[in-house]
Amino acid sequence: MKPMGIAVIIGGCFMIQAPVWAESPSQAAMLSNTCAGCHGTNGSSAGPSMPTIAGMPETYLLETMKKFKSGERPSSIMGRLAKAYSDEEIKMMVDFFAKHPFGREKQEVDAAKVAIGKQIHNQRCKKCHMDEGRDSEDSGILAGQWKQYLQISMSDFRSGKRKMPEKMAEKVDGEGKLTPEEVEAVIHFYSSQQ
Amino acid sequence: MNRRNFIQMAGIAAGFSATSFSVLARAGEILPKKGRRVVVVGGGYGGTIVSKYIRMSDPSIEVVMIERNKTFVSCPFSNLVIGGSRDLKDNMITYDKLAEKHGIQVVYDEVTGIDVAAKQVKVGAGTISYDRLVLSPGIDFRFDELEGYDPVETPKYMPHAWKAGEQTLRLRKQLVDMADGGTVVLSVPVTPFRCPPGPYERISQIAWHLKNHKPKSKIIVLDANPDIVSKGPLFKKAWEKHYKGMIEFHASNKVTKVDHKAMSVDTGVEEVKGAVINVVPPQKAGAVAYMAGVVGEDKKWCPVNQTTFESSIVPNVHVIGDACSAGAMPKSGYSANSQAKVCALNVVQLMNGKDPIPPSHVNVCYSYVTDKEAISVSAVYKVAEGKTIAVPNSGGVSPDLSELEGVYAHSWIKNILHEMSS
Ligand SMILES: Cc1cc2nc3c(=O)[nH]c(=O)nc-3n(C[C@H](O)[C@H](O)[C@H](O)COP(=O)(O)OP(=O)(O)OC[C@H]3O[C@@H](n4cnc5c(N)ncnc54)[C@H](O)[C@@H]3O)c2cc1C
Ligand code: HEC
Ligand code: HEC
Repeated sequence: MKPMGIAVIIGGCFMIQAPVWAESPSQAAMLSNTCAGCHGTNGSSAGPSMPTIAGMPETYLLETMKKFKSGERPSSIMGRLAKAYSDEEIKMMVDFFAKHPFGREKQEVDAAKVAIGKQIHNQRCKKCHMDEGRDSEDSGILAGQWKQYLQISMSDFRSGKRKMPEKMAEKVDGEGKLTPEEVEAVIHFYSSQQ
Repeated sequence: MNRRNFIQMAGIAAGFSATSFSVLARAGEILPKKGRRVVVVGGGYGGTIVSKYIRMSDPSIEVVMIERNKTFVSCPFSNLVIGGSRDLKDNMITYDKLAEKHGIQVVYDEVTGIDVAAKQVKVGAGTISYDRLVLSPGIDFRFDELEGYDPVETPKYMPHAWKAGEQTLRLRKQLVDMADGGTVVLSVPVTPFRCPPGPYERISQIAWHLKNHKPKSKIIVLDANPDIVSKGPLFKKAWEKHYKGMIEFHASNKVTKVDHKAMSVDTGVEEVKGAVINVVPPQKAGAVAYMAGVVGEDKKWCPVNQTTFESSIVPNVHVIGDACSAGAMPKSGYSANSQAKVCALNVVQLMNGKDPIPPSHVNVCYSYVTDKEAISVSAVYKVAEGKTIAVPNSGGVSPDLSELEGVYAHSWIKNILHEMSS
């Protein structure tokens, strides 16, 4: 029997059990696999504060990596790492993570907060964070993102450590400025999304 | 365990029916090859990941992973157990999900020999054939460099806790049982050793325990190196901030002799006594590396091709993790994870007759200086002219100690253990 025949039997047997993302070796995988020690296999994090980066829109990933590299977006670790990669390498990693699905895990959320958060989202956020925070080009994915990471992001925005997009700032800190409780509620709403 | 049980276990772990193996099994050979096969020795930071990523990259290659223990206990975060802010159970993983999800055949057995000419690995239950072999056995100790060290008796009195598990709990217990005002002695071997910042994180964690429970106690550190090996300024800052006056640090003090009955260590210049003594012995590649004949001229570590991790000495045998020499990369769990992925991709390339892909690695090591505050060191590595080097003008240490580093460190351990077990 040719080795390939055996391969199909073995591979097939496992494929039925649990499909895994088979991906032939490539330079993109070589670069991106190293990120998974923190962000989870193929970019879906097991939480609770490390963000999932899989399935994010390419534009957002690319802009974000550039901002880490230049220092425009503050970071605990990403700035130090991003500086090591050329623009072409960053592009390869962006393509890699963008095409893997954003894995969502069930998180502990408070139902009352989720309900309040949903209203706030509808009134103030959904124009940019569309489809309950699943869809956007330049503003990342909030739906199913880890709660603790979103809390860090919002607190960095509000303290001025991370620059908030002007139009978003209008909705967060402008007229009818969100209270800390309201911010917490909207975070619960996003992390409740499956 | 008899052979039938063993085969059933291996079968169940991989989701195969047990009978198909019993019928096929030839004398001696316990898992006859069905196609191209990689055998992986070790189910730790390197072994789990290389197994998984080979299967993820080419499911037509069989992977058999051999590991002596059914439960793996992580060294990363074991210092927090010693400090008292973590349960050792949270450092444990099993292999069932990994095996099932990726079709990895896990064999729970001890590797006792390797025949590189016949391409066979010997385990208690028989032999297992390979096309390529990947070794990630971690470390063993150079006890012979410490006069008076009895490999069986001494660790009972002076735990090294440099392989996590029972030793970790013993050191923790000794600290808890020690009277207030007692002296803890910790010795650090000459580099290279597993986890360069590890001893200093441990000192911080011991100090954390003492500060909260035995404030009259002190720690004497005998470091064989000329200074703190990793993140020196940050550790010193942390010790100044949190443990002022508690840690007596002696650089260039190499312990050469131990006496577990007298509870003392000796640097050749001075004898130091302690109520609790944590001797971290000098280290070498795990025993299986010697069985395969892949240990280099230094008689300690394994030289490898930096692109494929194939041994420079024996063809078709790859070595990753602590056991190998990987240029500028430190011996860490994250390094082992990263090397495993590079090795997996390039083993698949080689087995498919393709050119290896230029490697890219990351290493980030977080260390806790209290129960919450942490510091980190990071680098991205590439291969240039056959050597693994850190990419210039990137990486480096965290600017300060911070709780945010601690928050992310907690997610790091969660993610990396999750990667290894699913
Ligand atoms: C106190 C301490 C703290 C640390 N903290 C960190 C940290 O915060 N971050 C970090 O990145 N790294 C850390 N490390 C380092 C990390 O533990 C190692 O670098 C890592 O485990 C190396 O992976 P490995 O695959 O080479 O070996 P291991 O993870 O040790 O795996 C080897 C496996 O092989 C098995 N094995 C060996 N021989 C045989 C045999 N003959 N038959 C069958 N099975 C066998 C063993 O049972 C073991 O499961 C720390 C280490 C220590 C001691
Ligand atoms: C040591 C852990 C670690 C490693 C390794 C790591 N990251 Fe990150 N990543 C983080 C943390 C923590 C954050 C949050 C920002 C910060 O503090 O650095 C983050 C944030 C990000 C974000 C922003 C997510 C968002 O929603 O805005 C992206 C994108 C990202 N990382 C990509 C990568 C890529 C690509 C790699 C591999 C080259 C990588 N990371 C490697 C820890 C890590
Ligand atoms: C005008 C468009 C717009 C509106 C309205 C808006 N945002 Fe955003 N949001 C963005 C953009 C653009 C980014 C990406 C910022 C960056 O690149 O750093 C972002 C980023 C975020 C992030 C960080 C994501 C991450 O991965 O770090 C959070 C959290 C967030 N928004 C929450 C909200 C909430 C809550 C609201 C409503 C109260 C809101 N946004 C309204 C455009 C908007």
